[in-house]
Amino acid sequence: MIEVKNLVKRYGNHTAVDGLNFTIEEGKIYGFLGPNGAGKSTTMNMITGYIASTSGEVLINGCNILDDAEKAKKYIGYLPEQPPLYFDMTVREYLQFVAELKKVPKKDRETMIEEIMDVVKIKEMPNRLIRNLSKGYKQRVGLAQAIIGYPEIIILDEPTVGLDPKQIIEIRDLIKSLGKNHTVILSSHILSEVSAVCDYVLIIAHGKLVASDTPENLSKKAFEDDALELTVKGERDEIVSAVEAFENVDSVTVKESKEPGCVDLSVKTYDLADIREELFYRMAELHYPILKMEHIRATLEDIFLELTERPEDVDRSGEEQLDMEIGEEEDHDSNL
Amino acid sequence: MIVICKKELRSYFTSMMGYIFVFFILLVTGIYFTAYNINSAYPKLDYTLNAVLFVFLVAVPVLTMKILADERRLKTDQLLLTAPLKVEDIVLGKYLALITIYAIPILIICLYPLIMSQFGTVSMFEAYTVILGFFLLGCADIAIGVYISSVTESQVIAAVITFGVLFVSFVMEGIAQFFSTAAVTSLVCYMVLVVILALIIEMMFRSKTIAVAVGAAGEIILLILYAVNSTLFESGIQKFLSIFNLAGHFNNFANGILDLSGVLYFVSVIGVCMLLTVQSILKRRWN
Repeated sequence: MIEVKNLVKRYGNHTAVDGLNFTIEEGKIYGFLGPNGAGKSTTMNMITGYIASTSGEVLINGCNILDDAEKAKKYIGYLPEQPPLYFDMTVREYLQFVAELKKVPKKDRETMIEEIMDVVKIKEMPNRLIRNLSKGYKQRVGLAQAIIGYPEIIILDEPTVGLDPKQIIEIRDLIKSLGKNHTVILSSHILSEVSAVCDYVLIIAHGKLVASDTPENLSKKAFEDDALELTVKGERDEIVSAVEAFENVDSVTVKESKEPGCVDLSVKTYDLADIREELFYRMAELHYPILKMEHIRATLEDIFLELTERPEDVDRSGEEQLDMEIGEEEDHDSNL
Repeated sequence: MIVICKKELRSYFTSMMGYIFVFFILLVTGIYFTAYNINSAYPKLDYTLNAVLFVFLVAVPVLTMKILADERRLKTDQLLLTAPLKVEDIVLGKYLALITIYAIPILIICLYPLIMSQFGTVSMFEAYTVILGFFLLGCADIAIGVYISSVTESQVIAAVITFGVLFVSFVMEGIAQFFSTAAVTSLVCYMVLVVILALIIEMMFRSKTIAVAVGAAGEIILLILYAVNSTLFESGIQKFLSIFNLAGHFNNFANGILDLSGVLYFVSVIGVCMLLTVQSILKRRWN
């Protein structure tokens, strides 16, 4: 349906999107996930043909978005980050204009506009000027604009930003229902949103695709990182060998404890086996009191942070250096 | 194309812009028409319309400043450029809307000869030729405004630059007179122009060799031409500057001559501006 091949976008020396490759299949909801500035909007702007790529290509149902633009764009409805609304039009005028722009046959236009206004729940305000609508309603009109013409692919760039919690839930439900008949791609930097709505998640960081999988598989990966954290008072080596003697224990990591005479352990088990009770009785037998025991559950958030933050840390250290240099210069100035 | 045109027309007439433009042109031409043709009973429109050409300096920037700049500022160009529509259609649709708005005062001006004919004999052919010239000149000015609006995001900057360009074009005849008509002056000016052309090529293609080659070839050709026949260069700079003197091409129409080369000139100015507008929109995609 959509093929993205080796997509690159450079702005001067800055590479916003760096060699993206993925395929979007029919009838699923895809989520683009990434921190701010990861290249989500740039990628969407390239898929929809608003901007051109530095290299690489985007094929929509086999049509190149740049060379075969008119044909390719027919398949797409797009809601950009800022809804493209004309403030001096009423809601109905605007939707009529968009329907005409998207070459919806004249006889279907009115019924389609009524239907869509019903779907996005703006039916009670067709004659209000868009200028006077609240942010949430503007977003809905933007969404209606993307759905007009019932394109096969609907692309939504951060569709729930700036909405109140109730509206967010409504828009999510709406997106889910759209997913039944359309292919939907949405971008977000909110993980819970993506895992709640999408069938498939593409995680982007620094213009690169760092992971792509279903939310379930990503969660499974996250659980592999589950661990039991312990603080036990007693002889370090004896405690470790006692813990390792358990059948289900996969690995034990030992850390220096802040408390005197204690050991901190991080224990991972096979198949997430629960060994807390056995561990308690065993340590009691050995007269090593357990001061703390906590089951640390890795979440999708951890995976997300792990995947997206690593390169950023490098950048940050660079920034810090820069800050220090500037600070030094300032000191120098004040000395003068 | 028609969609965009309809949308723009609606937008210009729901805001004050369209009315102000029409009103302003009619007000100024009306005053001059009353003074020259009604009160002084002068049977031709040439003085009248020649005297009101300054109206474009103000009216055109006001009309064209928002046409593309505002789409960019409000990001509504994302809707237009991702719709199944050619960039050419967007630009031409918008231009067509502006021309339609401009045609309203022109149609009313077309009544002037009929009013005059109530009081005596009027040469209808001459009168409508003047009006045709006036219409074409306005269309060319609007095309320039559309291009400038496509270059910037700010309406104010678009308006100021459009005013500046139209003003320079308006006083171009005076500027041309600063230069001597001697052949040597033209030769020097042309040589400077070739250097500027070479610099532009260097900026566009980032290739020193092409720029130097074009520059050197141009200079050599100029020198050879000058050596062979220096009379070619006499008052050459004036001829060159007259390309930018839009109002100057209105003169023949004002004298009641249906000047086909003038029509061709205005149509080419419009064509070049439309082409540049499309290119400036397409180019922004790649940056």
